[in-house]
Amino acid sequence: MEYFPILFAITFLPLLGVLIILGISGEKEIVERNARNAALLTTVATFLFSMVLWFSFDKNTAGFQFVEEAEWLGSGIKYKMGVDGISVLFVLLTTFIMPICILCGWNTIKSRVKEYMIAFLLLECFMIGVFCSLDLVLFYVFFEAGLIPMFFIIGVWGGDNRVYAAYKLFLYTLLGSVLMLVAMLYMYGQAGTTDIPTLMQYSFEPHAQIWLFLAFFASFAVKMPMWPVHTWLPDAHVQAPTAGSVILAGILLKMGGYGFLRFSLPMFPVASEELAWLIYSLSCIAIIYTSLVALRQTDMKKLIAYSSVAHMGFVTLGIFAFNVQGIEGAIIVMLAHGFVASALFLCVGVIYDRLHTRDIDRYGGLVNIMPRYAFVFMFFTMASVGLPGTGNFVGEILVLIGIFKVSSWVAFFALFGVILSAAYMLYLYRRVVFGELIKEDLKNMLDMDRREIFIFAPLVILTLWMGIYPATFMDFMHVSVENLVVQHEVSMATYHATIEIVAGN
Amino acid sequence: MTELFPNINIAYGEIFLSFGALMLLMIGVFKNNSVNLVSWIAVGLIAVTLFLTVAAGSEQTYTFSNLFVADGFTRFMKVLVLLAAALAVIMSREFFRLEGDERFEFPILLVLATVGMMVMVSANDLMSLYMGIELQSLSLYVLAAFKRDSERSTEAGLKYFVLGALSSGILLYGCSLIYGFIGSTNFSSIAVALSNMGESGPPIGAIVGLVFVLSGLAFKISAVPFHMWTPDVYEGSQTPVTAFFAVAPKVAALALLSRTLYVPFGEMSGSWSQVVIFMSVASMLLGSFAAIMQTNIKRLMAYSSIGHVGFALLGLIAGNAEGLRGVMVYMFIYLIMNVGMFVCIMSMRRKEDGMVEDIKELSGLSKNHPIMAAFISIFMFSLAGVPPLAGFFAKWYVIIPIVNAGYFSLAVVAVLASVIGAYYYIRIVKVMYFDEPAEEFVPQKSKPMKIIATLLAILVLAFIIPQISGPVIESASSAALTLRQN
Repeated sequence: MEYFPILFAITFLPLLGVLIILGISGEKEIVERNARNAALLTTVATFLFSMVLWFSFDKNTAGFQFVEEAEWLGSGIKYKMGVDGISVLFVLLTTFIMPICILCGWNTIKSRVKEYMIAFLLLECFMIGVFCSLDLVLFYVFFEAGLIPMFFIIGVWGGDNRVYAAYKLFLYTLLGSVLMLVAMLYMYGQAGTTDIPTLMQYSFEPHAQIWLFLAFFASFAVKMPMWPVHTWLPDAHVQAPTAGSVILAGILLKMGGYGFLRFSLPMFPVASEELAWLIYSLSCIAIIYTSLVALRQTDMKKLIAYSSVAHMGFVTLGIFAFNVQGIEGAIIVMLAHGFVASALFLCVGVIYDRLHTRDIDRYGGLVNIMPRYAFVFMFFTMASVGLPGTGNFVGEILVLIGIFKVSSWVAFFALFGVILSAAYMLYLYRRVVFGELIKEDLKNMLDMDRREIFIFAPLVILTLWMGIYPATFMDFMHVSVENLVVQHEVSMATYHATIEIVAGN
Repeated sequence: MTELFPNINIAYGEIFLSFGALMLLMIGVFKNNSVNLVSWIAVGLIAVTLFLTVAAGSEQTYTFSNLFVADGFTRFMKVLVLLAAALAVIMSREFFRLEGDERFEFPILLVLATVGMMVMVSANDLMSLYMGIELQSLSLYVLAAFKRDSERSTEAGLKYFVLGALSSGILLYGCSLIYGFIGSTNFSSIAVALSNMGESGPPIGAIVGLVFVLSGLAFKISAVPFHMWTPDVYEGSQTPVTAFFAVAPKVAALALLSRTLYVPFGEMSGSWSQVVIFMSVASMLLGSFAAIMQTNIKRLMAYSSIGHVGFALLGLIAGNAEGLRGVMVYMFIYLIMNVGMFVCIMSMRRKEDGMVEDIKELSGLSKNHPIMAAFISIFMFSLAGVPPLAGFFAKWYVIIPIVNAGYFSLAVVAVLASVIGAYYYIRIVKVMYFDEPAEEFVPQKSKPMKIIATLLAILVLAFIIPQISGPVIESASSAALTLRQN
């Protein structure tokens, strides 16, 4: 290899951290301190490594970059990694969120610290692997493997009903992805390779495409999650420790959207177009229905979880608008949601750490004693609503433009989401932060400390950055997305041409 | 074809091991307190046999008037059987030492059963097939009932014997039908005879005979609907016996089944594939559903093994070399996971209660014995088939040929069954990690056990690395081609 295998390094650096932590032994307190430090150091180092991608990524080509290849299982199945304009931002999102996760569990995780850090580092490795894989089997391996650490994170460090939530997450996602596995095997049999760039050019039979699309859809819809298979998400979010929720909302949910972009759209163009109505209806239902459900929640985490489902509805709409605005908007919504939803879960975590309840009714009037907290929470509430100047606004407006071009009715329904999101978020904010400070146990709560401010600061900056000057991020993806759309139009044109020939005969 | 003196070069392994067993018997009888010695010599004998088997080469050779065959396929399967046997001898030695119930007959019976299995793997005739099966089964009946003053163990032995005898009867009846309708017991001759049948197709009696033979073999691999004995025997037998039962006889019987289906009856694949599909689907589903309610870890492993056999059978359905490779890789990985898991089960020992087998005894294991808990989780996730562990690749290599052969619905059923199966595997993980700790176990002090468990766990983890899985998969591929050319 002529150059340093940077993606290999980013992906497997966390594993090195795992080995180091496994090697720590000695007294309990020392072990815990060292494990924390090692984990933080590893994630920060991974983030710094990934900055190479940020600076030396060539924004003018649509192809895959930093490609590395090696023999793996033989007969066309290779270890192949690479990033393009669509995946590179997700890799960066992952490496960026991870140190925050480690930091937010710094003091609150008191039992089995070593295992906790190992689980997070493993998860980081698998998540980066998902976004970098250029081989179906490799992708599947990373995609599924992430379930194991997530199962432990929820099951060991979660809330009271954690076992149920952990099972639900594991089995739901496994069920979705095994169907995708069968589809992958079929594709392997047909095309004789599992190389993703090759498969993107391969045209499967239109009839087979429908089945393949549905099999992949089963997996990504669960991961996304789309209505009606979203029910694992609120449970998982509520039970997970704060850092687990952050990972879940910030990164894991993006795998579904990424999957649609990487597989469904380019590999099954005909099926995507034919089944777009299904996606539109499910997304619209998700946006309106889960927003209404969110309005009635009494648990803060659950409310944000439902809002995530609604936001993901925008993502699917944008992706299946099949135009540049829609897809770019979808990616921006995913990234912005990665920052904002993570930050909102962190906000919940801040007060949960102090009062150990997520019940909205137990709070009220926090603005009087926690001004800094009130400000941060306000900022992210507004971001979640999609206030201009934040990343969400940019993403949502692009999605709406994109989908309006396709169908004004769908755009009409999707617009309700914007209104409803303002309703439930502001309602939540009012109940928690404003009002009289009458509850006794709240009066002693301390405002955010330096560690917490340090965690939030980068998220605030990035959300603003994305809202004010989104070009920085759009430049990364623009060429790739344009290429994706052109490819899609070409294959649709060929398909229609063949249909006409058949009909003409 | 009949030689004056048969070519024994390819049977050195079997011959050596048979004489070795007799020698061990002598040592055991004439030397006091020889259990340790006998065990280690048995391991040595198996190791030498392993070497002889590998050295015999992979070229297809027949001997003993075509009763016996050796090729790449038999070599691969025999290596698995011998590995399982060697591990079982070591495990049983450690086990019986702690139980304070050491008897030298145990390793000897184990070695004899191994000889039987090797004959099964190499059988090329209905006669040698039966000989192998009986030598194996008779030794195993005794092993199942080895703890003679325990009601459970005796019951297990008796049950195994009665049902095993029944299945042998069915098998023999099938053999006689085949002989009657085709006129030969030799696999190669049967194949020739069947291919000469032309348009009229095989006689109905031969088909009935084949179904009978299949039923007899299904009993040995505990495929549904001939699985009833498995949970009881697994539970009743002592744990090292169960560990041996779970692996070696299945490998041997599956090898025999593959050869029987592919070589003599390859022409009739249309007739037998439906039967195999039924057995496979029924085993996978029963293995997944019935295991959910189990509270005893050995019973759970029994149902799990039924499910895994169902998966391994998938490979046979495809009816080509790719499918056969899948079966071989599957059995290799199955061996690693199962032996590893049984080493962990043998470490479930309390000071006052002795061995415990209830799943709830594992509660909170991760607090008291973090390494053991980590190993069990590795084996459990692997048995569930979650990547990146070895179990995923086992499933991968049997499902590919199925999909390529166009059996999509079968593949979907298989993966769904694996999701249901995942439920009970991760339940064990849940018990160990999420529940409140139960009383501590006696720490495992035996070095060999620790080494075996560690090695197998590492193998399960590292199977994803091509340098480790590559040789296994390549030798399975070339071995599969010696049995079937396409």
